[in-house]
Parts: sequence; structure tokens; C-alpha cells
Amino acid sequence: MFSLTNRIRQISSPASQLYRCQSTLVVAEHNNEKLNPVTLHAITAAKQLGGDINCMVVGSQNCANVAKEIAEVGGISKILVAENAVFEGFLPEKLAPVLLASQDQFKFTHILAGASAFSRSLLPRVAAKLDVSPISDIIGVKDADTFVRTIYAGNAIMTLKSKDPVKIVTVRSTAFEAAGSSGGAAAIEDFAAPTEGPSVSQYVGQELSKSDRPDLSSAKVVVSGGRGMKNGDNFKMLYDLADKLGAAVGASRAAVDAGMVPNDMQIGQTGKIIAPELYIAVGISGAIQHLAGMKDSKVIVAVNKDAEAPIFQVADYGLVADLFKAVPEITEKI
Amino acid sequence: MALKVLVGCKRVIDYAVKIRVRPDKLGVVTDGVKHSMNPFDEIAVEEAVRMKEKKIAKEVVVVSCGPAQSQETIRTALAMGADRGVHIEIPADQMTVLQPIHVSKILAKLAEKEAADVVMLGKLAIDDDSNQTAQMTASLLDWPQGVFASKVEQKDSGLEVVREVDGGLETIKINLPAVLSADLRLNEPRYATLPNIMKAKKKKIEKIKPEDLGVDVAPRIEVVSVEDPPVREAGQSVGDVDELLGKLKDKGFSS
Repeated sequence: MFSLTNRIRQISSPASQLYRCQSTLVVAEHNNEKLNPVTLHAITAAKQLGGDINCMVVGSQNCANVAKEIAEVGGISKILVAENAVFEGFLPEKLAPVLLASQDQFKFTHILAGASAFSRSLLPRVAAKLDVSPISDIIGVKDADTFVRTIYAGNAIMTLKSKDPVKIVTVRSTAFEAAGSSGGAAAIEDFAAPTEGPSVSQYVGQELSKSDRPDLSSAKVVVSGGRGMKNGDNFKMLYDLADKLGAAVGASRAAVDAGMVPNDMQIGQTGKIIAPELYIAVGISGAIQHLAGMKDSKVIVAVNKDAEAPIFQVADYGLVADLFKAVPEITEKI
Repeated sequence: MALKVLVGCKRVIDYAVKIRVRPDKLGVVTDGVKHSMNPFDEIAVEEAVRMKEKKIAKEVVVVSCGPAQSQETIRTALAMGADRGVHIEIPADQMTVLQPIHVSKILAKLAEKEAADVVMLGKLAIDDDSNQTAQMTASLLDWPQGVFASKVEQKDSGLEVVREVDGGLETIKINLPAVLSADLRLNEPRYATLPNIMKAKKKKIEKIKPEDLGVDVAPRIEVVSVEDPPVREAGQSVGDVDELLGKLKDKGFSS
């Protein structure tokens, strides 16, 4: 009787069973030219899950090149490529059927993507059809079913266990290293993606900010301006400082709302969530929702003329001063 | 072409409140804490009411899933100009595990029942920060989605939507019926005036249970723990720029 019980325990060990059938699909993000690094952070999370890792590249051009970039990362079994003009603009109504078709064929246990506007738009659409509850913006993997994510603008951390048979997860880049190229040689294959179906949505165009500065999401140093900057012209002094530091420039919601800078510079709960080595907050009061976007930065510097500003409670170094004098001085002396 | 708009709103802990983790580490303290309508939902309600004022919409029905107090949130939407409300009754202790998958099913069923042309939601709720419900509702209905919308305009027989995305702005055209989600800059919501608050008391709120719509709200997740985030040590103040640069240099930052 003792040996029977032992055998039963072995057979029903959930961890080992899951590992054997576990297979993850990472949905790649790209712009029809290059891979978006956010995907590399998602691949690292996939590796922490264990099991087989595959990638899907869907787009309207140059998908093979994007696939080759991914292939250089070690530990990936196969990369599926679905290229067709109908995927122009990466419309979720067009891309979701592709992921549903691949799920039908390969029966992945996990579908991952780097957390971004693209994946937030797409993955929940897929999850709804699969009748599973997607898990957004994870910052940790405990095991194949158990994930960690922030709630209440990062003021609480929830660990949750998913009961669904397929886990659909978006991955916060700041919480996982970017998987590096290590001479991988994944197999790249074409995937016969569904392209028929009515067009209920149409991509018209985009207005993207162009900048030679480092990408805000991944920059090591960020200079950020808030309401205290008073107007968009004044942001020039932050651009000058950023150029000297090789930094990216961000902004608080107040600055974007006031039209000082475009929306893609917004850092906060519903903007970009970043964790650079150095974050310099200029004329930013430090509202809860802004802190959600930058409080994991290694070093925080705050410059504000209001000594009571909440930003000083999270800053490592706080300078109570008139930013219009302090910032040019910093730029000159740095 | 006057549209029927279904707007979703959620009662959440007010955005300015400093939240506290419960001693049992399974949630946050909600008793006696100030609650309000989710800020993104205020923007959604405002947009729907403006559509009615512009005669693009003919009726705005507002829906909220939650315990009895959700009716306060519905009343606020009615005071802003919505015509009638629907309260989907969910017990308070189920709210932590009520997720977008459940809410989207409820909204999809309701959209069909009400023959809605537009479902208007907030981009995300500031408690769970999921940003999923609009996308999932659209998917269940096989409708197009215009999510993270900063501008919505009628174009031909559909809608042109400008969306806030990571790199800037994206414009799409979508057919009707459609699901939209409001981003921060879509509009600035009005304050309900006292006369409108009084008028709202006479507007109807229908009470429904999820089972009445055939929706199963059994939990898909188990909350293992809810904890405080790592505490950042208090920093120091520096007297001037020279001191600041000195400290940064010590830390290893030099240009």
C-alpha cells in the first residue's frame, strides 16, 4: 500500500507534468524593420517559466529580418513568420485570428509579449476568444501558474495564481533583463495565417515623435520635466542637459496635458513605466501616479522650488531651488 | 444615425487616497476609505454625454458591476447626463477576483440586450491597472476596438479614432458598432451640478445579477498575497548644484 501511494504521488506531481507539456509563444513586437527590444525582456520571462519557447512575427514587411534578429537569442525552438499586407498597422482585429490559429495548431500553455500599447491592444482580444483571464504587466514569475504584478499604481504588489489552462501574460520590461544574443539558431518557418475576413477597422496613419536621443523606455539616464517648466519652449533647457548626459527626456502628465510636450514622453501609471540608473525630476511635484512610473529608478534626483513637494520623499538627492537657475547651472558644470 | 451608447463605470478607491495593505495580506483596506468613480470612466461618461449633446447619440445607458455602493457611482454618471443606469450586483468580497474577463462578458451580453451601437469604457481602472476590458468586450462581440482614444469623431458611417500609443499618436477608422476606451486626454469631465444631481435621483437604475445575463463570474485567479512594495530609503537634501554633482560623482555618474 505504501508503494502504491508513492506512485500516485509521482504521477500526479503537477510541476513535472506541466514542465513536460509546457510551451510558450512570445509574440514579437516590431515596426516592419527592426525588433522592438521589449520582446527580449518577454523572452527572459519565458525562460523563467521553463519549457519550450517559440516566437511569432506577424507584420506586413521585412518579417524575415525581424525573425533573424530573434533567432540570434539562444534557447528558442522555432520562430513563426506571418507576413501579409493585411497586417499593415498591426490592427488587433487582424492579428488576433493569427494567434488564435497558432494556438489551435500548437496548443501553447503560455502566450507572452512585452508590455506595450501593441500587446495591451492585442493580447486581451485573444484571451477573450480563448475564454481565459489575461494577466497584465507582470514583474515576476513564481512558477508556471503564479505571477507577480503591481496594483494601485504600484502601491501594492499582488501575487496571483491563474486557474486558466492557457496563461496570456504581458511582461514589464523593467523587471526582466533583455535576453542577449548568444549565437542561437532557432528554426524560422512560415505560418499560414488567416487573412480572410471582413475589415472592420482600417489603419489610417501615425504621428511618431522622432528623436536622436536614447529611447525613453530603455535609457540609462532620464531627465524629466513637469508643471514647473511652465511651457514647452522651456523644455529646451532639459534637452540641452539631456544631450550633455546622453539621456532621454520624459515628462509628467501635467506637462503633457498642458501641451508642453507630446504624449509619448509621459511617465507614470498610465504612461511609460521606466527604471533608469538615474532619473532627474525637474519641476515635478511627485503625484502618486507619476511615482508609479519612475520609483524603481536606481538613483532619483529632484529639483523643485517647493520644499514640501512629495517628490522629495522618494528622491535620493533633493535640491530645493529655482529650476530655471539650477538646470542651466547643472548643464554648465556637469 | 443617432447611436445608443452603453458606458461602463467602476467604483474604485479615490485616486488621491494613500492605500494600505490589509493585515491579512490578501487585499487592501477598503472599509471607511473614500471611493469615487474611476477617473478614466468619468472621461468615458463625459464623452458619451457630449455625443448626446451633439446629437450623435440618442441615449446613454450607464452600467456598473459591484456591491450596493456602486449605485452611487451610477448616480454620479446620471447626474453628468446619462439617461438610465444598470447595476450588476456583485458582492463586495468578490470584487478582488472579479476580472475583466467577467466584466467583458457582462458588457457584451448587455450590449446585445440593449442593442447598443457603441460601448464606451475607461482605458483602465486605477485599482487593478489591467487595461483589458474594452479589448475583451470588443473581441466577444466581434466588434472593432478604438482603445486608448484621445479623440473620437464621426467619419462616414463609422468613427475615426486617434489613439495614444508608445511612440506618439495613431489614427484608425473603425466601423460601427464598436467598443472604445477613453484615455486621459479625450476630454475634461464636467462636475455634476446640484440641479442635475437632484434630477438624477428620478432616473431609473435597473438591478441585474450576472446569472440573469447567463454570465458565470467564478474566479479565474487565486490571490496568493498582496504586499507593500519595497520601501525607498529617505534621501538627503543638497544645498546647491556643486554639492549635487559631487554626490552624483561619488555614486559613479560622470558625463
